[in-house]
Amino acid sequence: MLRHFTTRLLSRSIKFRPFSTNVAAASAADDAFVKAWRSTIPNLEPPKTPLSFMQPRPPAPSTLPSKLTVNLVLPYSSEFSNKEVDMVIIPATNGQMGILPGHVSTIAELKPGLLSVHEENGVKKYFVSGGFAFIHANSFADIIAVEAVPIDQLDSASAQKGLAEFTQKLSSASTDLERAEAQIGVDVYSAINSALSG
Amino acid sequence: MAMAALRREGRRFATPLMSANPANTLRSSLLPSEEQAILGVRSISTQVVRNRMKSVKNIQKITKAMKMVAASKLRAIQTRAENSRGLWQPFTALLGDLPSVDVKKTVVVTVSSDKGLCGGINSTSVKISRALHKLNSGPEKEAKYVVLGEKAKAQLVRDSKKHIELSMTELQKNPLNYTQVSVLADDILKNVEFDALRLVFNKFHSVISFMPTTATVLSPEVVEREAESGGKLGDLDLYEIEGAETKGEVLQNLTEFQFSCVLFNAVLENACSEQGARMSAMDSSSRNAGEMLDRLTLAYNRTRQASITTELIEIISGASALTG
Repeated sequence: MLRHFTTRLLSRSIKFRPFSTNVAAASAADDAFVKAWRSTIPNLEPPKTPLSFMQPRPPAPSTLPSKLTVNLVLPYSSEFSNKEVDMVIIPATNGQMGILPGHVSTIAELKPGLLSVHEENGVKKYFVSGGFAFIHANSFADIIAVEAVPIDQLDSASAQKGLAEFTQKLSSASTDLERAEAQIGVDVYSAINSALSG
Repeated sequence: MAMAALRREGRRFATPLMSANPANTLRSSLLPSEEQAILGVRSISTQVVRNRMKSVKNIQKITKAMKMVAASKLRAIQTRAENSRGLWQPFTALLGDLPSVDVKKTVVVTVSSDKGLCGGINSTSVKISRALHKLNSGPEKEAKYVVLGEKAKAQLVRDSKKHIELSMTELQKNPLNYTQVSVLADDILKNVEFDALRLVFNKFHSVISFMPTTATVLSPEVVEREAESGGKLGDLDLYEIEGAETKGEVLQNLTEFQFSCVLFNAVLENACSEQGARMSAMDSSSRNAGEMLDRLTLAYNRTRQASITTELIEIISGASALTG
C-alpha cells in the first residue's frame, strides 16, 4: 500500500518538469501507452518507462556553444557526467575523430583505442575498449564503452608481452573461432602499444 | 461447597467463550487447556503452549538473521546498481523510448529472482508481463516470453507454457557482472526472433519502494521504419553514421549493445529490489512473531497460574475436609 502511495506521488511530481521538446514528445508516447494499458488492463497501474527516470536534455541552441558536454559511461561507473570540455578525440572504427562543440550529429562505433579529453587544464587520456559514441545537435556527446582505463595505469612491458603472445596464437590458430579470438587480442594489444607510445 | 459453586460458575463462563469466537485460532488452540482447568483436571499441560512459544521464538531468530543478511547484500549491490544507471541513459536520449510501438513480434523479457520470501515483487513482475502479453497479442501480432529467474518461470509455466521461448535461472550464483549479462543477451538475441523486446523488472527506488518498469528495445528494422515514418525517431536520419560499415550493420550493433546495457541495469536493479523486499518482508515477519510470542506468553502465564490455583484449592479443601 505504501508503495502505491509513493508511486502516485512521484508520478504527480514528474508532470511539473521544465518545458523541453524532448519531454513533450516523450509524454505523448507514454500517454498513448498508458491509454492503451488502461483500456485493456483496468485493474493494474501501468509500469514506468525509462523516460520518466531521465533528466531531459536541452534542445539544440541557436548559437554555437563554447563547450562540449561529455558523458562517459561504463557498466560499473559513470566516469564523466555532464562535464564541460573543449574537445574530445575518439577512436572510431575508421580512425581517430575529433569532436568540437557544434559538431554535426553523429553515431560512431568505437574500436579499442585512445580517447583523449581536452580541457583547460590539460589533456586526459584513456584507453577504451569498444563501444559507441553519440554526438547530438545540442553539443552533447555520449560515449558508452565497456572499459575505460587511464593510460597511466597501463604497463607497457606487459602490453608488449601480450602482443607477442597473441601474435603467436594467431599464427598457430586452427579453427575460425580461435583465429577470431587471437585476432581480437592482437588488435587490442597493438592499440594499447600505440596508445602508450603515441 | 463454595469451590463447587465457583467451578459451576466457571463452566457457565466457559461455554459463551467457546461459542463466541470460533474464528480466533489462538483462542481455540488454548481452549483444551482452559477447558481442562475449568472442569477440574489435575495436571494442566502447559506443554502445548510452551512448544508453540519455542517454535515461534526460533522463527523470530531466523527471520531477524535473514533480514540482516539481506541488508548486507543490499548494501553491496546498491552501489553497483546506482553506478550502472548512467549506462542506458544515452540510448534513451538518442533513440527515445516507445512503449506504444506497434510491432508484429514482441518478446517480453521478465526479470525475477530465484529465491523466495521476498514479498510481492515477483508477482507484480509476472502480472505486468501477462498484461503486456495481452496488450501485444492480436490478430496479426504475437508475443512470447523469455524468463530470467526461477520464480517467474514457476508462475508463467502454469498457464503460458507454450509461449515461453527461453528461460534461464541461477543468474546470481556468481556476482553479477557485465560479461555474464552480455553473454546472456547474446544468447537471447541469437535464439529469439523479435521486432521489439520489452524488459519487465522492478526498479529500485528506495528500501521500501520498488517501481515496476518496462524498457523497450527495438530491432534495427523497426528503428529504421520508425525513423522513416517520422515522429519520435524522425531526427535519427539527421545523424551521420561514422564507421566502416553500412548503416544497417551499425544499427544492428547499436541495438545489440543497447539490449545488453539495458539488461545489465535491469538485472542489477531487480536484484536490489529483491534484497530490499526481502528485508521488509523479514522485518514484518519478526515483528509478527514477536507479537505472537507476547500473546502466547500471556496465555502461558494464565494457564500456569490457573493450574497453581487449582492445586492450592484442592490442597486447602482437602486439608479443611480433614480438620472440619
